[in-house]
Amino acid sequence: MLHRLRRWVADRWVMAIGLIVLLYLFVPIGVVAAMSFRDAGRNAPYTLENYKFTWAHWADPFGAAGIGHAFWLSIAIAALATLGAVILGTLMSFALARHSFRGRAATNTLIFLPMATPEIVMGSSLLALFVAAGVQLGFWTIVIAHVMFCLSFVVVTVKARLAGLDPRLQEAAMDLYANEVQTFLRVTLPLVMPGIVAAALLSFSLSFDDFIVTNFNSGSVVTFPMFVWGASQRGIPPQINVIGTAMFVISFLVVLIGQIPNLRRRKA
Amino acid sequence: MSEQRHGDSGADLNLVGVTKSFGAFTAVDDLSLTVPQGSFFALLGASGCGKTTTLRMIAGLEEPTAGRILLGDQDVTRLRPYKRPVNTVFQSYALFPHLNISDNVAFGLRRRGVKGVADQVERMLRLVDLESFGKRKPAQLSGGQQQRVALARALINHPQVLLLDEPLGALDLKLRRQMQVELKRIQTEVGITFVHVTHDQEEAMTMADTVAVMNAGKIEQLGSPVEMYDYPGTAFVANFLGQSNLFAGGVTGRSGDDVLVEAHGARFSLPATRARAADGSVWLGVRPEKMHLAAALDKVPAGHQSVTGIITDSSYVGVSTQYLVRPAWGDELTVFVPNSGVAAPLAVASEVTVHWRPEHAFLLSRPEGQTVAPVVDAEALA
Amino acid sequence: MSALGHVGGSTGTPAKLEKPRKRWLPYLLLLPGGLWLILFFAVPAIQLFATSLYDPSGSLEEGYAMTWQFSNYADAASEYLPHFMRSLGYAALTTVICLLLGYPLAYAIALKGGRWKNLLLICVIAPFFTSFLIRTLAWKVILSDNGWVVTTLDALHVPLPDGRLLATTPAVIAGLVYNFLPFMVLPLYASLEKLDPRLLEAAGDLYARPVARFTRVALPLSMPGVVAGTLLTFIPAAGDYINAQLLGTNRQYMIGNVIQSKFLRVGDYPNAAALSFTLMAAILVLVFVYVRRAGTDEVL
Ligand SMILES: Nc1ncnc2c1ncn2[C@@H]1O[C@H](COP(=O)(O)OP(=O)(O)OP(=O)(O)O)[C@@H](O)[C@H]1O
Ligand SMILES: [Mg+2]
Repeated sequence: MLHRLRRWVADRWVMAIGLIVLLYLFVPIGVVAAMSFRDAGRNAPYTLENYKFTWAHWADPFGAAGIGHAFWLSIAIAALATLGAVILGTLMSFALARHSFRGRAATNTLIFLPMATPEIVMGSSLLALFVAAGVQLGFWTIVIAHVMFCLSFVVVTVKARLAGLDPRLQEAAMDLYANEVQTFLRVTLPLVMPGIVAAALLSFSLSFDDFIVTNFNSGSVVTFPMFVWGASQRGIPPQINVIGTAMFVISFLVVLIGQIPNLRRRKA
Repeated sequence: MSEQRHGDSGADLNLVGVTKSFGAFTAVDDLSLTVPQGSFFALLGASGCGKTTTLRMIAGLEEPTAGRILLGDQDVTRLRPYKRPVNTVFQSYALFPHLNISDNVAFGLRRRGVKGVADQVERMLRLVDLESFGKRKPAQLSGGQQQRVALARALINHPQVLLLDEPLGALDLKLRRQMQVELKRIQTEVGITFVHVTHDQEEAMTMADTVAVMNAGKIEQLGSPVEMYDYPGTAFVANFLGQSNLFAGGVTGRSGDDVLVEAHGARFSLPATRARAADGSVWLGVRPEKMHLAAALDKVPAGHQSVTGIITDSSYVGVSTQYLVRPAWGDELTVFVPNSGVAAPLAVASEVTVHWRPEHAFLLSRPEGQTVAPVVDAEALA
Repeated sequence: MSALGHVGGSTGTPAKLEKPRKRWLPYLLLLPGGLWLILFFAVPAIQLFATSLYDPSGSLEEGYAMTWQFSNYADAASEYLPHFMRSLGYAALTTVICLLLGYPLAYAIALKGGRWKNLLLICVIAPFFTSFLIRTLAWKVILSDNGWVVTTLDALHVPLPDGRLLATTPAVIAGLVYNFLPFMVLPLYASLEKLDPRLLEAAGDLYARPVARFTRVALPLSMPGVVAGTLLTFIPAAGDYINAQLLGTNRQYMIGNVIQSKFLRVGDYPNAAALSFTLMAAILVLVFVYVRRAGTDEVL
């Protein structure tokens, strides 16, 4: 009996620890969700005490002044930064994974360095550059900065996918009358797509969530994280929690739906 | 088959002095050969001898360092793979994992702008016995099924030449035999030139019109399976295709239509038509199944050649019994005796006389000083 | 019969390639992204170095004079050494805790996840999408003086510094761990996912007990993930200032807080640049030593 119990524990303790850690990741989300239903005004202290339930904030998620503008601005910046980083990064990863050329080591270093540099250094040095060049800080300086720090992550993600790709598949396509362009569009690109999608998701979340670099290069523009930062100093409108919870639920569902064909195939 | 072929027919595949070097290493060395249109050509050889490299050059996936590749009159040496009427069945199939079976099979036709391919795809899938699998993804098929899809995907294009790189390597013996029959049937039906790389000499001999044995980037010999087996051109081929007993000896002269040979102090003769060397050092070869055993010298039929020795081992393999016989000079001979029930089995350690008809022997030239026949490493054949 | 003879003059004259190999193609592919990184990463970094040598008595409006003021570095080091050490120490501690928490999680998902693998993985990524500032604010609620964590610990008579959690070092570390844990789990998962479970079975077959199976097979094979994960955790943690600001007090301030306030509040650019550059150099040195030691050149 005791022996059986020990086996049972031995088989499951890793999963148990894993689930506890996962729980740890979810606790703050739970608090945010709870706060989004809390009946309290803008300048009420940010605590769960004297909790009263209300749907009001969910009915009007952009009800706080400036929050909607900041939110959509962040979405726009993240979309643009993702687009730019994915295009530039995918091109670079193809060069690195598929070609041999001089200067490869230097290129790899140039790609690695931004990942090894704290955001605060990147943000401050870019600020110094923009100031020296007399560039007006704002929307576009934020986009430029975001493309820069997302780029390396895109290259790493897409390159890993490309490296795992069997070169014979491309040869088979060529053998079956697909020229270089068709081979790329019909075989290489679809097969690398999961890597590109993952890179895009990563870029989008890095950009949407970025505060440190943005804080240096935003001028008077207020992105969503900056709005949250400002609010945390003055008083947090409950709508922030609504948006935080909604972002979580929506992205969770989007990724989950994307996984459904995957789950079904596994079962088959 | 009623489908039209693309490209002109009557086009032999010609390799002229083709060489491929990777840096200092020469993988294919000044290789020349002709594969007649519509024939089944098998390429055999030990691992690493350059078979895949040769196929890749024919397909256009690798560019020859020197030499030319011709299809009929057309020089295709520098033509991009997608411009050649040549298709490949890859060793690992290389099915597109993101496309279903139908789309995989239709891939080549679509790239060439053929419209309404559904009928052809269906017919092709029926040919390889996979009608109901069109909607599945490659990962949902067994190894043998994937192999048939790879075949269908290449065949549907009616190439002038179909290249098969050990396509049956991953299959179990039964499925393999089944696929061999299938392949041969398809080849006869559609009349396409097949160039088939294999490690399995039995497979090569049963399927091919012409067999070529490659060694270290060169063709050792090429010919029909019967010719190659019955009268091999080199000691390497004699041991690569089946087994041979080879005696190291020297030509001592002629007597009428016969060549006289002395080996290990014994005298032998064989018809001059079976000799590839007229003088100097030679290998005298006899196939194990062409050798017979007699209990005593006086039981040897008249006109047979003979060697006396001791049986050192016998193994029963069902259809025959394989004996190892050690003659006076040591190197054991292999003798296959059919278990036809005529003669009683012989005991190990008994003395026997090995004998054969002179016209069953063959004579090959032997480089001076070579006393051990070049054997193929068993690993390569496995 | 034997292979056909040579056809005279056919070899040795390499016919013209139908398509020449495009040697310039990789450079063309690299050009836009490479330029972007040079222009907006390398050039600013170099300029930052130049700025760090300016005379700190100038100002943004009046301009700075280049005086090769290496004393900026000495000043930075002497005045803010505790902040530097605190940053590196917090980051190291955070990395270790993340590794200890993240490894079982990644291992469980990759090797015991079965059908739930993807769902569990999504759970790791999903918190990413709620702005990390919002999540850090939520930590403030959780750790607050009358939140349930403190209340529970009080009830259990666990002694707390000053009887509170918020505005203490553990709170800052907890926030850092929380924020960077997914950066640890994802690379670990990626390398453990590739691990063939049959290898563990083979090790078991060869008399390895569970501990040996882990230390001799799973851990060495997941080393690239460990290296990548620790880097992706350590680097941002060392430069972070949000957690110290929201969950700590100025006794927990890290070097990021100093740099941030010098740039954005005080406007002391040369000293801020010297601090930034020192931080970057320190991290790069640590990273390279670490990567060398770990023996995986192909990180990330
Ligand atoms: N891209 C390459 N670079 C360097 N050497 C190569 C390359 N491709 C093949 N080789 C070498 O050329 C030789 C011939 O290789 P090839 O693949 O043609 O052998 P093979 O006859 O098909 O062997 P197997 O039966 O094992 O498949 C081998 O020694 C191999 O190592
Ligand atoms: Mg091969």
